[in-house]
Amino acid sequence: MAIGSIPLRYQISIDRDRCMECGRCVENCPYGTFRREGDRIVIDSRNCTACHRCIAMCPRDAITLTEHPCDYRSHPIWTRDARESIYNQARTGKIILAGMGSTQSLPPIFDQILLDACQVTNPSIDPLREPMELRTYIGKKPSRLTLRRREDGDVDLETELSPNLKLDTPIMIGHMSYGAISLNAQLALAKGAQASGTFLGTGEGGMHPAIFPYQDNMIVQVASGRFGVDVDYLNRGAAIEIKIGQGAKPGIGGHLPGEKVCADVSCTRMIPLGSDAISPAPHHDIYSIEDLAQLVRSLKEATEWKKPVFVKIAAVHNVAAIAAGIARSSADAVVVDGFRGGTGAAPKIFRDNVGIPIEAAVSAVDQKLRAQGVRNEISVIASGGLRNAADVTKAIALGADAVYIGTAALVAMGCRVCGNCYRNLCPWGIATQRPDLVSRLNPDLEGEHVANLIHAWTMEVSELMGAAGINAIESLRGNRDRLRGYMLDEGMLKVLDVKPAGA
Amino acid sequence: MNVVVRIDAAELHYTPLNRMVRAAVRDGEKEIVIDNVLGQRFIADGLVGEVVITVNGVPGGDLGMFMRGPMLVVHGNADHAPGNTMDGGTIVIHGSAGDAAAHSMRGGKVFVRDDVGYRGGIHMKEYEEKHPCLVVGGTARSYLGEYMAGGIVLLLRLGETGPFVERGIASGIHGGEVYVRGEVDPGCLAVGAKVLPFEEAHRERIRPLIEEFCRYFGNDPAPLIVADYTRIGPASARPFAGKYTWE
Ligand code: SF4
Ligand code: SF4
Repeated sequence: MAIGSIPLRYQISIDRDRCMECGRCVENCPYGTFRREGDRIVIDSRNCTACHRCIAMCPRDAITLTEHPCDYRSHPIWTRDARESIYNQARTGKIILAGMGSTQSLPPIFDQILLDACQVTNPSIDPLREPMELRTYIGKKPSRLTLRRREDGDVDLETELSPNLKLDTPIMIGHMSYGAISLNAQLALAKGAQASGTFLGTGEGGMHPAIFPYQDNMIVQVASGRFGVDVDYLNRGAAIEIKIGQGAKPGIGGHLPGEKVCADVSCTRMIPLGSDAISPAPHHDIYSIEDLAQLVRSLKEATEWKKPVFVKIAAVHNVAAIAAGIARSSADAVVVDGFRGGTGAAPKIFRDNVGIPIEAAVSAVDQKLRAQGVRNEISVIASGGLRNAADVTKAIALGADAVYIGTAALVAMGCRVCGNCYRNLCPWGIATQRPDLVSRLNPDLEGEHVANLIHAWTMEVSELMGAAGINAIESLRGNRDRLRGYMLDEGMLKVLDVKPAGA
Repeated sequence: MNVVVRIDAAELHYTPLNRMVRAAVRDGEKEIVIDNVLGQRFIADGLVGEVVITVNGVPGGDLGMFMRGPMLVVHGNADHAPGNTMDGGTIVIHGSAGDAAAHSMRGGKVFVRDDVGYRGGIHMKEYEEKHPCLVVGGTARSYLGEYMAGGIVLLLRLGETGPFVERGIASGIHGGEVYVRGEVDPGCLAVGAKVLPFEEAHRERIRPLIEEFCRYFGNDPAPLIVADYTRIGPASARPFAGKYTWE
């Protein structure tokens, strides 16, 4: 096969009647799709990634993009993707890496779950008129309270409460490290989280000093590479998260290539400039649930038991039993990351084939914890492919205390889900360390966009709750009676513990 | 005035024990002795300061984890992962240590008089002036220096004469060096690890570590300094480069 023998993935065309040859497309496309020849803009569509930067920046709306302009012979099994992966591997003999979440066309279970609303027999609640309680606490809840009445008649609480995170919304922003994303992108997310009264994960990469002003809204991550982890970092965070696994690539480690380790990333991760940052697949001090408990307690001990400790796992087949083990490890929250979770880079074969959907995982975890009487010991955070307020509401009704969003927050900052995050050329200044590209992202403005998104979703969650006659998130949590399955098989309905529509 | 704070750890849980240690350090104490230590984990976990802590007994796992600054002297064996993710300071163990000694250590030094278990020095890394060192007087089990990204592991093998035979040495190493006194069975080198020349400059590099080891444990440094060492390092700083292609 000759180079270029694979058909174009995207075709860019310019409406020459509209184009005024201003050259903004040439400046904006970091992939080199456009060049100027005399007073003409020349196009090389093969370079295009469908990032839409040129389209967004063209003052004349002159640019259009077509995906797959050239058909293959259609075939139900030998899809374009199947064929092109083989061409790639026949040429290279290597494992294929890809950016962003799974591209498998499996139907999201969320879309086959429908929400309830009040009619006649119980009134719905208008969130404009009635108070709606969306405040969420993440952490251990006592199984019982011991109270003592004082001589003067007042009551003292004798039970010692565990530290909890207080959220104004059940929506948090998941872990995206500085390194995987730019500092401006992380700053924008931090500003958005702070403005929304919620929290944001640092990812595995330490904390850049520019983020310090937002540290009270940061959850610091400890992953197997222990990059950027020292006692100051642990003390800065509002909570600490141990990353065991990630939904996009369960069972394997991470690898930040040396090219992305610039001077600043090197300081934050505490590794030499330009060296690969390799996170082994397991934590090599965790080979069992007992070892996990040891790491949880070591982190608590290092921070004098003042911080909640989360454990993040990928949603895998045995997720419920694993979560039940985690609930007994002194951890305060378990984050379950479904197989649709985003990533900067993951082997395609993992991204598209390993792990299970968050809907099934979170429901199974919640049921198992309740059955074992330890649900109060640990909060459940659902993540991995949540696209809107309905997904959030359904995840909570399936048993989550709160959710992490990731890709959605990036999309709020301009991300077009082009999936080229690993190339360090993100035209939106998100997944890149190239200074000219990073400077395209204005942290104040994009922070506002992120806050707007969280605000809008939070309003929608309260509207959905109100319509269902629920006025507190506590009453929505695990409330499967407010869900009905549509075109789901009996086995799945059982896993979700949800009745079919009409029942 | 040189007051020594003594803490009796008998029947004491690690949390109150650490609280007492931390309070003493906060009060500016420079020397603490903890007696009757019996399996308490996390001693000096996350402790920052200039203090010498003597641990009499057998501490539990993760001794000196995340620690920055203190010196811990253990009279006894240590359980797994002493010096885990340690940032600075020194741990001196008059005995042996369990698995994953110096796991992910970024700075400071760990000296073990006798042996260490499996995966000693795993994923040690270095950064700027931080250059972690693990020195072991006796021997080590498999996967010594696995995933190493920086620093030095020095295995003195006191009293041993034959080649070092333990599987998986320095598997996945992508930075730093492992020094083993004597020969290493070539079949034991893991993928990604490579024997590098041992020259005078390297002898000079490990000399201060040998001298410091001998100061703590009363050995004669001279024969150890002149001995032959096998120096092992990464075959490539990018072990995973070449494994992947992009979509
Ligand atoms: S890569 Fe992006 S900016 Fe470049 S042509 Fe394609 S859509 Fe436009
Ligand atoms: S972050 Fe950037 S590179 Fe990644 S999918 Fe979004 S737009 Fe593309």
